[in-house]
Amino acid sequence: MPHPPIHLVAALDGAGWHPAAWREPGARPAELLTAGYWTDLVQEAERGLLDAVTLEDAFALQSDDPFVADDRTDRVRGRLDAVLVASRVAPTTRHIGFLPTAVVTHTEPFHLSKAIATLDYVSSGRAGVRVQVAARPDVAAHLGRRELPPVDRDAVATAPVVVELFDEAADYVEVLRRLWDSWEDDAEIRDAATGRFVDVDKLHYIDFEGRHFSVRGPSITPRPPQGQPLVAALGHAEVPWRLIGRSADLGFVTPTDAADATRLVDAVRTEQAAAGRAEETVHVFGDLLVVLDDDASAAADRLARLDEVAGAPLRSDARVFTGTPAQLADLLLEWQRAGLTGFRLRPAVLPDDLARITRDLVPELQRRGAFRTGYEAATLRGLLGLGRPANRYANA
Amino acid sequence: MPKQIHLAAHFPGVNNTTVWSDPSSGSHIEFDSFREFAQIAERGKLDFIFLAEGLRLREQNDRIYDLDVVGRPDTFTVLAALAAVTDRIGLTGTINSTFNEPYEVARQFASLDHLSGGRAAWNVVTSWDAFTGENFRRGGFLAQGDRYDRARSFLQTATELFDSWRGDEVVADKDGGTFLADPHPGTFAHRDRFFDISGQFDVPRSPQGRPVVFQAGDSDEGRDFAAASADAIFSRHSTLEAGQAFYADVKGRLPRFGRGRDELLILPAATFVLGDTEEEAAELAQQIRLAQVSPATAIKFLEQLWNRDLSDHDPDGPLPSVDPVVGENTIARGRASVRMHRDPVATAQEWRAKAEAEHLTTRELIVEVTGRQSFVGTPQTVADTIDRYVQADASDGFILVPHITPGGMAPFVDRVVPLLQERGVFRADYEGTTLRDHLGLPLRGAGGASAVAS
Repeated sequence: MPHPPIHLVAALDGAGWHPAAWREPGARPAELLTAGYWTDLVQEAERGLLDAVTLEDAFALQSDDPFVADDRTDRVRGRLDAVLVASRVAPTTRHIGFLPTAVVTHTEPFHLSKAIATLDYVSSGRAGVRVQVAARPDVAAHLGRRELPPVDRDAVATAPVVVELFDEAADYVEVLRRLWDSWEDDAEIRDAATGRFVDVDKLHYIDFEGRHFSVRGPSITPRPPQGQPLVAALGHAEVPWRLIGRSADLGFVTPTDAADATRLVDAVRTEQAAAGRAEETVHVFGDLLVVLDDDASAAADRLARLDEVAGAPLRSDARVFTGTPAQLADLLLEWQRAGLTGFRLRPAVLPDDLARITRDLVPELQRRGAFRTGYEAATLRGLLGLGRPANRYANA
Repeated sequence: MPKQIHLAAHFPGVNNTTVWSDPSSGSHIEFDSFREFAQIAERGKLDFIFLAEGLRLREQNDRIYDLDVVGRPDTFTVLAALAAVTDRIGLTGTINSTFNEPYEVARQFASLDHLSGGRAAWNVVTSWDAFTGENFRRGGFLAQGDRYDRARSFLQTATELFDSWRGDEVVADKDGGTFLADPHPGTFAHRDRFFDISGQFDVPRSPQGRPVVFQAGDSDEGRDFAAASADAIFSRHSTLEAGQAFYADVKGRLPRFGRGRDELLILPAATFVLGDTEEEAAELAQQIRLAQVSPATAIKFLEQLWNRDLSDHDPDGPLPSVDPVVGENTIARGRASVRMHRDPVATAQEWRAKAEAEHLTTRELIVEVTGRQSFVGTPQTVADTIDRYVQADASDGFILVPHITPGGMAPFVDRVVPLLQERGVFRADYEGTTLRDHLGLPLRGAGGASAVAS
């Protein structure tokens, strides 16, 4: 291969990432809460040999304002628990990985650990989780576990509460990882002679004690097939990059151009080294919101038309790409040379832009020798070139 | 027309009912086991499958208890995956109200109900032990008097969340550009001494509106809780007389909560052993009992009542002559059954008297006094007995607990179910698509007829 392979993840959310996506002819806005809708999307992504899908989630209705609920009636509102959507779809697929979003600020690490371990069993080794912090006070009021102060819109990235919630998220991931290792792989012995089902010396208390919570362990669920399911996080600033560097296997960043991609990869690498993980593989993928069409002007026209329907220009934290699949392939290869190892593509419209990815972009990358022509591994870790890790407690 | 029987399949649990040493015993973790178990139950047109839950590995004598099956997957995640490989069967999960918050549980059940086309059910349990709480942010402790109060409040709050969407908000009108008919869907506010939450619930109303709600409590308070709020009770009373007494008591409480007799189903747990003849079934039942109560298991059971270390006791000898240690059970942790020994000294005396009268060793006594099978016989006599119990109002059906994973329900499904179908007391095929359809339960709440009893 002339290029190292590019990894591709499809980011699935509602009817797509453009607020007017649900009004497109191919959209299925009345089916967003059905299993069939999500199964079709993930199977399409799998036909395109993608590494994984991410599924968005939050403990709140979608809002055009990232800081507070809105009262719009012309946008998709309402959704399903992402971990359960992944689990519902997993048995209908064979190769593709699942990275459902889970809010860590308001949930129990013990529950999420066994849920993702179970998703790993259900999918035979294709599970991961995208961890997300939720700093909104109104979301905290949904759960009632804690109160959070309002955050200054202009200084989100450095707000003390945000810094603290990301520190807590790192503790949370540590607990997930310890719990996944709390059973050694061969703990279940079924020894008829002694009547023992497990070897208790191979079950481990994790005894995590942090500033925010403590967890005793062991998990109630044995070590999952991958040993350690994948942990991913999205970051736009130093504090979340630190979480990626400390805790994740996969970080999503939002570069504006190739030089920015290099800067962001360096920023994650710096945090990774500071956390003593310089020798570990941490993938850094670039996020792009994509509007794809047969020629560049058609793509631009389509975005303009969507914006007009939405009543406002598309706003996005990730760069919006409009153009042809071949032009997108050019950009991905350029950004790959800048240091990214893969991309999370957010289709503007589902299923239209997802199908452009799987049916046009993927063949284009394959022609350039930059993308797999068949699934080469049975697990998500395997697809990302990650081995099955040793258990931290074995021989301890 | 005779009463229609409801039948469910309980996935074998992490206790000694489950015989993991049997050569046909498979994984308790791999998804294939759950798939096979659920598909067998669906082949038999059963109402639902049932998953239990425990959130800390059990310990005895300060060590993880290793004689029974240990470990299980996450309830919600397994049920969502099972929705992909089954079409009609109900999916019942036991979810603790102590170590969760109403918003997250409500969105998980609403999501499961959407993803399964209306097949979700919730067995609401409560727990208060600090032992389990060590695995959670919240910690575990609840004062004895708060147990049901908090569980009641939890269920009430979750119900308010389920009902916060009426069901007509999502219009998704592409041409008109209106997705929502209501700018503030899912609005809720609940404040009491356990929960103080408000905002907007984010999962639109699911096919069943609310999942079917099971409750398992047996105390006076627990019975009232069920009569007020549950759709079904998962009870322990599987004998005719005890079943009838429980049934009459609980159904008699319903009018007080403005509910009809058919709005709450009584479904005891039950085990079964089938043979070609009565003798063969009885012989098989005894073999299974011995497999369930190994010499080592017998000692562990003894310790759970005696509340002291009896590891040197001879399982083939008589019961210990010392009395149980009275008070908090410190020997066995994470095990609900130890609380049922309300007067351990008296129980020990009963056991001694029985052992002496019947010349039983310790192990033989434990075989006799713990977990005898509910239905032992030929398919014909088991079908007869089940039908007789249901027609005599000892229950509305049974939640069957096989002793083998994953194939343990197959003999029942293949040999007993057809006999019940022939009698016209069990469905020949599913008539509806939702679990409420199977159970003959009304829709409740915003879109349904009957309001929440509070």
